Amino acid sequence: MSFPLLTATAALPAIGAIATAAVPAARRTAAKWLALLFSLATLVLAIVVLVRFDPGGDRYQLTESHAWIADFGVRYELGVDGIAVALIALTALLIPFIVLAGWHDADPVETGSKRWRPTQGFFALILAVEAMVILSFEATDVFLFYIFFEAMLIPMYFLIGGFGDRAHEHGEKVAATQRSYAAVKFLLYNLAGGLVMLAAVIGLYVVAGNFSLTEIAEARANGSLEMATGTERWLFLGFFFAFAVKAPLWPLHTWLPNAMQESTAPVAVLITAVVDKVGTFAMLRFCLQLFPEASKWATPVILVLAVISIIYGALLAVGQRDIKRLIAYASISHFGFIVMGIFAMTSQGQSGATLYMVNHGISTAVLMLIAGFLISRRGSRLIADYGGVQKVAPVLAGTFLIGGLATLSLPGLAPFVSEFLVLVGTFTRYPVIGIIATFGIVLAALYVLVLYQRTMTGPVKPEVAAMPDLRVREIAVVAPLVVLLVFLGVYPKPVTDVVNPAVKQTMSDVQKKDPQPEVEAAK
Amino acid sequence: MSATAVHNLWTTAADPISKIDAPKIEYGQLAPVLIVVGAAIVGMLIEAFVPRRSRYYAQMFVSVVALAAAFAAIVALAVGDHGTTKAGIAAMGAIAVDGPALFLQGTILLTALVGLFTFAERRLDPAAHGNRVDSFAAQAAAVPGSDSEKKAVKAGFTTTEVFPLLLFAVAGMLVFPAANDLLTLFVALEVFSLPLYLLCALARRKRLMSQEAAVKYFLLGAFASAFMLFGIALLYGYAGSMSYATIAQVVDGTVQDVNPALADTMGNDALLLVGAALLVMGLLFKVGAVPFHMWTPDVYQGAPTPVTGFMAAATKVAAFGALLRVLYVLLPGLRWDWRPVMWAVAIVTMVGGAIVAITQTDIKRLLAYSSIAHAGFILAGVIAATPSGVSSVLFYLAAYSFVTIGAFAVVTLVRDAGGEATHLSKWAGLGRRSPLVAAVFAVFLLAFAGIPLTSGFAGKFAVFKAAAEGGAAPLVVVGVISSAIAAFFYIRVIVLMFFSEPRPEGPTVAVPSPLTMTAIGVGVVVTVVLGVAPQYFLELAGDAGVFVR
Repeated sequence: MSFPLLTATAALPAIGAIATAAVPAARRTAAKWLALLFSLATLVLAIVVLVRFDPGGDRYQLTESHAWIADFGVRYELGVDGIAVALIALTALLIPFIVLAGWHDADPVETGSKRWRPTQGFFALILAVEAMVILSFEATDVFLFYIFFEAMLIPMYFLIGGFGDRAHEHGEKVAATQRSYAAVKFLLYNLAGGLVMLAAVIGLYVVAGNFSLTEIAEARANGSLEMATGTERWLFLGFFFAFAVKAPLWPLHTWLPNAMQESTAPVAVLITAVVDKVGTFAMLRFCLQLFPEASKWATPVILVLAVISIIYGALLAVGQRDIKRLIAYASISHFGFIVMGIFAMTSQGQSGATLYMVNHGISTAVLMLIAGFLISRRGSRLIADYGGVQKVAPVLAGTFLIGGLATLSLPGLAPFVSEFLVLVGTFTRYPVIGIIATFGIVLAALYVLVLYQRTMTGPVKPEVAAMPDLRVREIAVVAPLVVLLVFLGVYPKPVTDVVNPAVKQTMSDVQKKDPQPEVEAAK
Repeated sequence: MSATAVHNLWTTAADPISKIDAPKIEYGQLAPVLIVVGAAIVGMLIEAFVPRRSRYYAQMFVSVVALAAAFAAIVALAVGDHGTTKAGIAAMGAIAVDGPALFLQGTILLTALVGLFTFAERRLDPAAHGNRVDSFAAQAAAVPGSDSEKKAVKAGFTTTEVFPLLLFAVAGMLVFPAANDLLTLFVALEVFSLPLYLLCALARRKRLMSQEAAVKYFLLGAFASAFMLFGIALLYGYAGSMSYATIAQVVDGTVQDVNPALADTMGNDALLLVGAALLVMGLLFKVGAVPFHMWTPDVYQGAPTPVTGFMAAATKVAAFGALLRVLYVLLPGLRWDWRPVMWAVAIVTMVGGAIVAITQTDIKRLLAYSSIAHAGFILAGVIAATPSGVSSVLFYLAAYSFVTIGAFAVVTLVRDAGGEATHLSKWAGLGRRSPLVAAVFAVFLLAFAGIPLTSGFAGKFAVFKAAAEGGAAPLVVVGVISSAIAAFFYIRVIVLMFFSEPRPEGPTVAVPSPLTMTAIGVGVVVTVVLGVAPQYFLELAGDAGVFVR
């Protein structure tokens, strides 16, 4: 038996979580270093996965399969395709930066019980989320996926509710209330989505008799597993509902602004750049493969919802007064693009969507983490409290601008490539939808530039006059991500090479071919 | 009914009795019950003859040994294939020894053993006059607040009768799911109910509330018993027999020797339907299903918490066991009649329990309503009417009972000057003060909520899967929705513990003796193991899923 590489990639952060949690209360710094070490080790393993993965090879590689709960027809089955590999790499890449950026976010302010260890808890929870996210990217058993899809809510919930910004414009008491409201909202939305999915998972078992993605997809493809049209549609809706909550798609998005606003910047990145990707990833892997007919049936409605997300998210972002909330609505707009790309059912659209997941992860991380550094300096999240920062802290302002420009998909930076692919892919099949979605880009320019203008330019406000520029740790967080943004913007081939074969497979699952360009016959 | 038929009912010509045959009793197969009953009687004798200061240890010793020995007997029977191939009816048709019976008896014994540890805990309350005290009244007969009560406390009396009472209750619970005729069923019901009524009245603190709870429980329980007895009488009138197998044959119409009296009554569907309805009603009362649930919150709140935990876990196991046997062995012929009714009961139980729980402000009442919602989930598995339905219910019961005992054991730890601090507002910020206790309680709450990787999820998945396969898909959808509602109030407690500021005058967490720690530890371990690796136990429940007729 070969080395269980995928299990190891997920197990390493899980072990790290336990080890970090076990560090004694007084040794806070040790816990931080331990968490960083484990996250870096996980990154190394993820790179090994990336290298060992052969884009031209089998659909699912590095597979593992063990008996688990035979009574439920559940196996411990792991396997990665190109899309999963890319997202695992993204997750493993971002976690060390999240850990580093949140270095001081969980230092205890007040002395509670001697056994109260918030710092250890914070980093252990981050690693726990990482482990579960990686497992849900790897699982090729529907039940196994569902377990981690649901279970990751719990550590996420504690991260949102337990750790907020040190400074809050309404004082700590209001902050605590709002935080726990945001955490509960997050959990209830996602739990409700998950439970609806549970009903569909059970329904799938009753219809198919097992949970293996590969087996069911194969049986669906060769026609040995027939589903009544009504059944397939109900099951599809059950799955899609959960993923749409997680993604989040309008009108199920309202938990995201609260969650991102109230949590610390690194946790907000964890939510939007890592955890939410499981939702869009699962649409590609589960909805399209298991229920191809129903996916095609639902496409028009989903595309409309996606476009509404794009425009609505962007419009609301323009109107925000709170920096983090603005980034949250921008993310909703971007998730609209991703969902649109997936359901446009063209290979450009789906490649673009996958690439978008990776790029959005990086660009949001840059923007949000710098916003977090900014907020921790001034003690306010309100845009109106800033002004002229670029004169006091040029590096901070400069990197913030790069993150912002990436968010508005400036050519030359990574998100441009993916957004372009998504729009082209959509346009070839659904021109009207594509055209409307393009306005999302215009609005993106508006909210990003207005945000930059109001906070960074203009006269220096007295409160920000003494603001220090980025520290070494903070530059260490931001610089590699910025480099990556530029690199993938100029040369996205490494990612697209990995992703494209998997996208082709998915396209053939739903039996869709790319529309051929129509050449007007010469007269 | 014609006159001759009525006459024949009480004047059957009998053969003259020349000798009475001794009943044939399979002592080996009945060993678990006999051991527990024997130990209970020894416990009574200890109360009478052993000096007061040694009673506690003597009772502890006898009870633990008895429960462990009875469990060993169950294991021996199971290993000897009495649950599968050698399953049979013992004690002249009174008791079934089969898979479901053994599985449930094993669960009850283990639950009782863990529950016993919480009964015996004597470190939580501050010592009164230098004597260590447990959760039970110093002297049950002393009027609350009276001088005699003060004297009893000062003298360091403890109610060590709780141990034999527990054993008697366990004995009744062991027989209840195994009862194979209606009379045995009723006797078992009374044998486990009466000690429970008494135990409920024995709280050391808040004695009036405890006594009120006991009276409520007793009155409503007596009502339910009366209904059930009436139902039994009607069924006997219908079929002319107490035996499950015979009645089932009469219902099916496959009965062999039809005497004129039987021929006359067996066409009377009113007797059958009303009788069956009353019988099932009595069982649903014990299960705590809506609309027979009204006693649950008051009794759970008023009873001493260790008793609540034991009762919530073990009674549910026993009562669901009896309900399964009644529906699957006694009334399978009526399946098309009882299924719609049980559908309705399951739906109102799931939804009602979950919704009402939202407004609760007392942790024990909250857990009571949660237990009602869980009864609804289990009913969904009962309704499946398939072998996988039976085994899913068995698994769920095993998973649920350990979570319950553990959760109530944690409740006993959180205390202020007035004893246990059960009002939810007092639990605010517990996670800051005592992270470990709060984390353990959070694990139990997540298991109740059915979050993956806990036993609650595996159980819920099993019953919903069985229900969906049994053609009850709408029930699954209702179940899923009420799970989402239920999740809200479990989460609310977690929010309160971890995200709220601790109150300055808030409760403290008492450091328990190894007894309660064991109870809680067992709860956590079972919760996690059944959540992560349930396969072995699912197989066990699957093998045990066949009733003997």
